[in-house]
Parts: sequence; structure tokens; C-alpha cells
Amino acid sequence: MNLRPEPLAYELSAPGRCGAALPEPDVPETALPEGLLRDDLPLPEIDELTAVRHFTRLSQKNYSIDTEFYPLGSCTMKYNPKANEAAASLPGWRTTHPLAGAEFSQGALELMYRLQAMLVEIGGFKAASLQPAAGAHGELAGVLMIRKWHRDRGDLKRVKMLIPDSAHGTNPATCSMVGFETVTIPSDADGGVDLAALAAALDDTVAGIMITNPSTLGLFERNIEKIAKLVHDAGGLVYGDGANLNAITGIFRPGDAGIDVMHFNLHKTFSTPHGGGGPGSGMVAAGERLADYLPGPIAVKKDGRFDMAMPKAGIGRLKAFHGNFGVLVRAYTYIRMLGAPGLRRLAETAVLNANYLKAKVEKVYPLKYGRGCMHEFVAMGNFVEGVHTLDIAKRLIDYGFHPPTIYFPLIVPEALMIEPTETETRETLDAFADALLKIAEEARTEPELLHSAPHVTPVGRLDEVAAARCPILCYRG
Amino acid sequence: MPFIPNTDSDRSRMLAVIGKPSVESLFGDIPEKLRYPELDLPPALSEMEILREIEALAAKNLSSSTCAWFLGAGAYNHFIPSLVPAIASRGEFLSAYTPYQPEVSQGTLQAIFEYQSMAGSLFGVEAMNASHYDGATALAEAVLMAARNAPGRETVVLPAALHPEYKEVIRTYLEPLDVKIREYAGTPAAAAASLDPSAACLVAAYPDFEGRVHDLSGVADAVHAAGALLVVHADPILLGLFKSPGELGADIVTAEGQALGNAMNYGGPFLGMMGAASKYVRKMPGRIAGQASDAEGRRGFVLTLSAREQHIRREKALSNICSNQGLVMLQACIYLATLGKNGLRKVAELCWHKAHYAAAEIAKLPGFSVTKDIFFKEFLVKTPVPAQSIYDKLSRRCVVPGLPLSRYWPDRTHELLVCVTEMNTKEQIDLLAASLKEASK
Ligand SMILES: Cc1ncc(COP(=O)(O)O)c(C=O)c1O
Repeated sequence: MNLRPEPLAYELSAPGRCGAALPEPDVPETALPEGLLRDDLPLPEIDELTAVRHFTRLSQKNYSIDTEFYPLGSCTMKYNPKANEAAASLPGWRTTHPLAGAEFSQGALELMYRLQAMLVEIGGFKAASLQPAAGAHGELAGVLMIRKWHRDRGDLKRVKMLIPDSAHGTNPATCSMVGFETVTIPSDADGGVDLAALAAALDDTVAGIMITNPSTLGLFERNIEKIAKLVHDAGGLVYGDGANLNAITGIFRPGDAGIDVMHFNLHKTFSTPHGGGGPGSGMVAAGERLADYLPGPIAVKKDGRFDMAMPKAGIGRLKAFHGNFGVLVRAYTYIRMLGAPGLRRLAETAVLNANYLKAKVEKVYPLKYGRGCMHEFVAMGNFVEGVHTLDIAKRLIDYGFHPPTIYFPLIVPEALMIEPTETETRETLDAFADALLKIAEEARTEPELLHSAPHVTPVGRLDEVAAARCPILCYRG
Repeated sequence: MPFIPNTDSDRSRMLAVIGKPSVESLFGDIPEKLRYPELDLPPALSEMEILREIEALAAKNLSSSTCAWFLGAGAYNHFIPSLVPAIASRGEFLSAYTPYQPEVSQGTLQAIFEYQSMAGSLFGVEAMNASHYDGATALAEAVLMAARNAPGRETVVLPAALHPEYKEVIRTYLEPLDVKIREYAGTPAAAAASLDPSAACLVAAYPDFEGRVHDLSGVADAVHAAGALLVVHADPILLGLFKSPGELGADIVTAEGQALGNAMNYGGPFLGMMGAASKYVRKMPGRIAGQASDAEGRRGFVLTLSAREQHIRREKALSNICSNQGLVMLQACIYLATLGKNGLRKVAELCWHKAHYAAAEIAKLPGFSVTKDIFFKEFLVKTPVPAQSIYDKLSRRCVVPGLPLSRYWPDRTHELLVCVTEMNTKEQIDLLAASLKEASK
């Protein structure tokens, strides 16, 4: 990690410098439209090498999968194979245009068509749309589809969506975007959906349920079929949040259990890099009931040619053009390298790795729900008075590990959500478990070490409260 | 398997620690009759085999690196300095998550802050967010933001000449809400002068879909006098030369930022840019980085104002957005820093001169006419024969002449939207003119 302070690009600027050489015009010049021009363009002026060093040094201030173990729960921070990058950066993709027309885009359309089919098969669905750009965007697609399905039946009163209390924040936020009211369903003592509470909430104002399986507690929802049946019998539909698909590829297909529509996070399960925030892909797949309602366009095949078409009763477009195409190429490459046996091995290993880590630390880090986990588990960091999960997370940084997800899900106090993924070796898992156990000891013997952590980073803990009170959101010279 | 390292012997040792007899026994919670479906997928390929297959697919697409390329319409063929992808593809940037732990994410966070600063300079606003999915969703969210800002005002006013796919996206986003869309055909100034009290915002496209650059001076005052907000959706390359939306009084700005250092990539991943006048920052959706300091007074950066976001506010959040387009934003950040003040202006000037040369050459062709409106890099051409037939004929010969408007409006058969950037040489422009002439015979 690069510890030296790095100036802002603006602070490296000197008048007259430029990092890129551009040619002189090779055409006769045309007078510029005087009254419409800007006087000043206050951007930095830096040479190419200064730019290269600046951004390279910035990169060295990150923890990343390529440099550290990154067990960030719910985020599936698995290794992103370099073949994905090689495949996605081929000139035939990078230099082609979304409006070139079907005749001139057969390769891109064929790849999308094949990817749709593979994802439909993996999830147990009928059709898929690659439009959504991230998980939350897929949720928006799915909830709009459910809404339209009811309305097309003349059923206008279904305005509530049921959401388990362990759900990710994007689930309720999505409902608000489509004007739905959210009803929170509590979890039972076992970490599953409380079936009595679910039954009590179901009536003819309920549009459906959004369910994450495995849940954000890292637990498989054992009653998934029962839940789907209860909701269907009450006239509702079932949305699946597929963020945790990494636990079940090749082992269980959500569509087989009655999920009507689900988003897949291709940037989690299918190893496309997260890029420090995105881009992702939250493509959606749907079963019998909702297949015609997908957002479009989707790739289709007619007389041996590939094209794009809008689904019959679809909700329309969710973004310009054809989804985050470059992400799709990566996911396609990855699935083709694994095949069906590889996908099963992937999920088995992800679950094995999580259970192994859990077994190594659970005597010290208590669990709220103790049963066998899937690809991740949620421990608690409040076992020593005065030491918090935040302190443990920051101390892990000193040991060279990215912290787990913390304080989520909300129903576990002082949550530490740990997802190792299948791409880590047993040795790495051992080293991480050792660090967690060592930190637990330090919490008792030298708590100050935890409170003052991290010690190996370019900055210490930053004052986020002050930053939000008087926000500085850009360089002010 | 190269990226699933634990071997069968590792598995046995790990199962012993867990106290389970087999890997299968870890899946006992899954209904038995649904366990282990037979997946009908193509057989696994080695890296060498899959790359060969994908190269063959990639080669089947029309490429701007081998053709004379004049097609834009929302995805643009601009120059990308080599250092942009070289640095953005470093694993430390590429394989990091959203910067939730600021001490180990200062690289990403400072890059977001620098992007916000440079994009803010370009647009003339103080507050930019860290990205939306693309220009269309950024504009849709901007319209939602304006509607939230003025409860009771139930219309949003869009240019008829907005990208048709953006209009579709806005319709999708607004459909469930009590917000109506109205379109205006003339100039933003005329539309602003006739806003009624139901309008929450007026959107101006800068330039519009047909390439026209409208004079926006005075528009903001008229929009504000009607009690509405002005949203300006701009081409960021155009802003290298033209007045910024902020300077013109825009309240909210959006853009498709692909042109800033990102490839066309068959339409994605792209970069949704959004910013606002600072008084609206707490009403703006999306992640935002801010400056902070640690206990020793060292400068650092954090994600801030998160009380607007889904992970804190759940159903009360301003948007559901979580993952955004971080890496695409990073490329835009490196691009803006590299080109800087002088380079971006030069790119914009090259687009201007080359586009105007091309328009003049095409205007000389018999049967062709070119718009008289002010344009920047894209302009409308009336063609003597159907534009789609010209497109098909020329594209097969690797001269991609522009977008036939009949793609979106079936009755606009004789109109072609031509885009010229710094990437087009005079030779290519002359070839375009000669090819258009020949194809229209
Ligand atoms: C359970 C769950 N649902 C939904 C999402 C949202 O996905 P995205 O960030 O791709 O929008 C996430 C991602 O953090 C998640 O963990």
C-alpha cells in the first residue's frame, strides 16, 4: 500500500501542459460561434508521465482482490479471471456500435442470445433480458413487471410488497420507486421467513414478495416452495433477489421453486470485476407468468439470423442500447470456461469455504443463527465490552485483509458478514481465521490496538460526520 | 480448475474441521427433489479455446477501427489516449469493490473526488455524483429529482428531439408515478416562455438528438420564473468549447459520459453523469465522495451524504441505485486529467471544424441538403434516396454514413444523422461525400 500523500490532479497542474498530443485540423477551418462559447475551462494541465504516476499511485492506495483477500459479505469478491478481460477488450467489441444494425452486429447478438439461454438454464427460467445495468436496476425491472402483470389483469389494488427484515436496502428502495408500499416480514428464530407473519400479511392488496435465497444471513430458505405457494395462492408473485446465487449454481434452480422473476448479479456470481463501484449487470430472468413482461429489447433468433425484439407485454426500456455489454462478454467467457460441472464445483467450494471459516471462528465470534451456512455467514463482533465490530474490521486491515461487510444485515447486532468465495486457497482461509482469532485476543488484552486501527494505511479513520456536515465535494483551488 | 483451487484432499481436511461427512451434506437445507438439476450447458472450454471462439464472434461486428465511421446518435467514436485503459485496467482499481472502507480505498475515493471536481468544472456546477448507469437513466433520475422537488407539479417537459431511447427510459421510470410527460417541438427558449404552473422541470438537450445546439441564454430565468427547474442534458465533448450548463443557470445537469475516454463497446458499459447546483445536493441521488480528515489532520476522502441512499434509508431513499459505473467513471477521470484544459478544447475544435467541412461537402452533392441550424459534431442531412438503403450499401463497403432516422421514425425515410469527430480524417470525409453521391444515383 502506498502511504505517501498524493496531491490532486489539480495540484499537479502547470499552465501550458497537456497529456495528449492531438493533430492540427486537416480541413479548412470554420469560424466558431462566438456568442455561445465558454471563456474558461478550468481543468488541470498535466503531462502524460505525471498523469501515469498520479493514477498509478492512487491505485496503490486500494485493497483489491488482485492484492488482498476480500471477504466482503453479499458482494462475492471472487477472483476475476484475466481471460474475461482479454475477451472483453477485443477490438471487435470495443469498436462496434449499438446502432450499427442487426446485419452488422451478428457476433454481438449471437453472444447475447447464447448468454440469455445459459442464464435461463442456470436459473430454471423461461426467458431473460440483459438490459439491467446492476442488481438494483434488475429489481426495478422485476417489480415493474409484477406491477404490470397485475394491472393487465385489471387488478389495480395490489400496491404492497412484502420484504423480509433481512433484505438488502435496494429491495425497499426499489418498491418506493414504483410507488409500492413495503411491508416488512420478520424472520423466525431460525433465520427464515416467519411463515405465520407471512400468512397474516397476505391479502388482495399484496402484489408479491421480494425474497433473497440464500438470504443475507447466508442461510438457505428451507420453506422456499411453501412461501411461493402461499404468495401465489393469495394472488401475488414472487421476486427473487439473486445476489447470492454463488451458493447454488448447479445445485438448485430458483425457477424450479416458483420464483417468477429474478435478477442475477453478473458482477458477483459470474466473476465480472466490480471496478471500484461498477459497472455490473443485473440481468433478469422470468418464468412462465412473467416471460412476456421482460424489459427489452432482448436478443432473438429468426431463420438462423440474430436480431433484437421487444417482449410482447414488456415494461419497456430500462437504459439506452443493450445493457452493459462489456460485462456480458466477461460473464459469457466465465460460464463457458466452467461448464455445468464447473458451476457445481464453484458453488460447492464457495459453501465449503464458508463453512470451514465459520467452524474455525464460531467459538469466539458468536452467531445469531447457528445452522449450517451457505456461501457466507454472519458473526457478531460484540463479545468484549467496549470493542465493536467496526474496531475488529479496522484491525483486520493491519493484518492485510479487507474487512467483511459490517452492520448488515440489520437484524444481527454488530454484524460481521463474511463471504470467502470459492477462489481462495485453504491456506488463505487459515490465515484469515488466525487473524480473526488473534484480534479477538487483542480485544481482551490490548483493546487500544483495535480502537486506533488501522495503522498501515495512508490515512486513519476519517471523520465522516464532519464530512457530511460541511460537504466539500470538489476541488476549490 | 485454475480459479477453484481447493483440491479433493483440501476438501477432506476441511470437511473434517467442519465435522461433516461430505460436501453434499452441506446442502441439506435445499429441498431434496430440487437438488442437483441436470444443466444443459455447452461443455467447458479451456482459456485458449474460449478466446478463439470469442475472437470469431467479435470479428463479426462492424468496427470503427477498420471503417470510415460517421455513426453517433448517443455512442461516439472519440480518441482514447492509451494511458486511459492501461491504468484503469490495473487490478487495484479493477478488482476493488465500492469504497465502503475508506482507509483501504483512498485510490478509488480520490479518483471519484477528482472526477467530481473535473466534471463539475466542465458542467459549471459544484456537485456531481459518482455516476449513474448511463445518460438515459441519469436523465430519468434527474427528472424524478425535479418532480420530487416540486410536489403537486405533475408534468415534466421534454424536447421532442430527445434521443428516442432516452424518452423510452424516462417513460419506463415515470409510468408508475403520477407524473405526466409533455414534449415541445421548438426551441428551449420558446418552451420556457410558455411553461405552465403544472411543470416541475424543463429539459433542454445540448445539443438535441438532431444535433442542433440551441442558445440557452435566458432559458433558466424563464424556467425559474415559472417555478420550475431547468435540467440540461449535454454532450461533454461539446462543453470543451461551449458555455457550460451551470453558467447558463441549469439546476440539474446530466450527460452520457462515454465519449470521455470510453469505447463504444456495443453500447455499454457507459457513464451516466449527473450534477446539480449546490443547493440541491441533498436532493440528488447517487453516491458522492467528499473530503474528510483523520485524527492527525491528514486529508482523505469518504463516501458522504449517505443519508440519501438505500443502504441507510431503505424505502425512504432518493433512489435504489447501489452499484454504479465506477470503472467507466475512472476512465473519464483519467481522460479529463490527461487532456485537461487545452486538450479537451482542442478535441472539441477538431470536431467542430471537421463536422462543418463534412456538412459543406455534403451540401454540394446533388439532391442532398444539410441543416441550417447551429450544430457541433452531428448534423441532419436530407437524402435524395432512402437513407436506410444508403446506410446498407455504404456500410457493406465499410463507410458507415450515420443513422437513418427511419430506424426510430418509420416515416422519416430520407434523413440521415451524420456524426464527425476528431477521429475522421479529411480523406474519410471526402470518401463519405463521394460514396453518398454514388449511392444516390
Ligand atoms: C442482497 C443484495 N441485493 C441487491 C444488491 C444490489 O445490487 P447492485 O449493487 O448490483 O445494484 C446487493 C448488492 O450489494 C445485494 O447484496
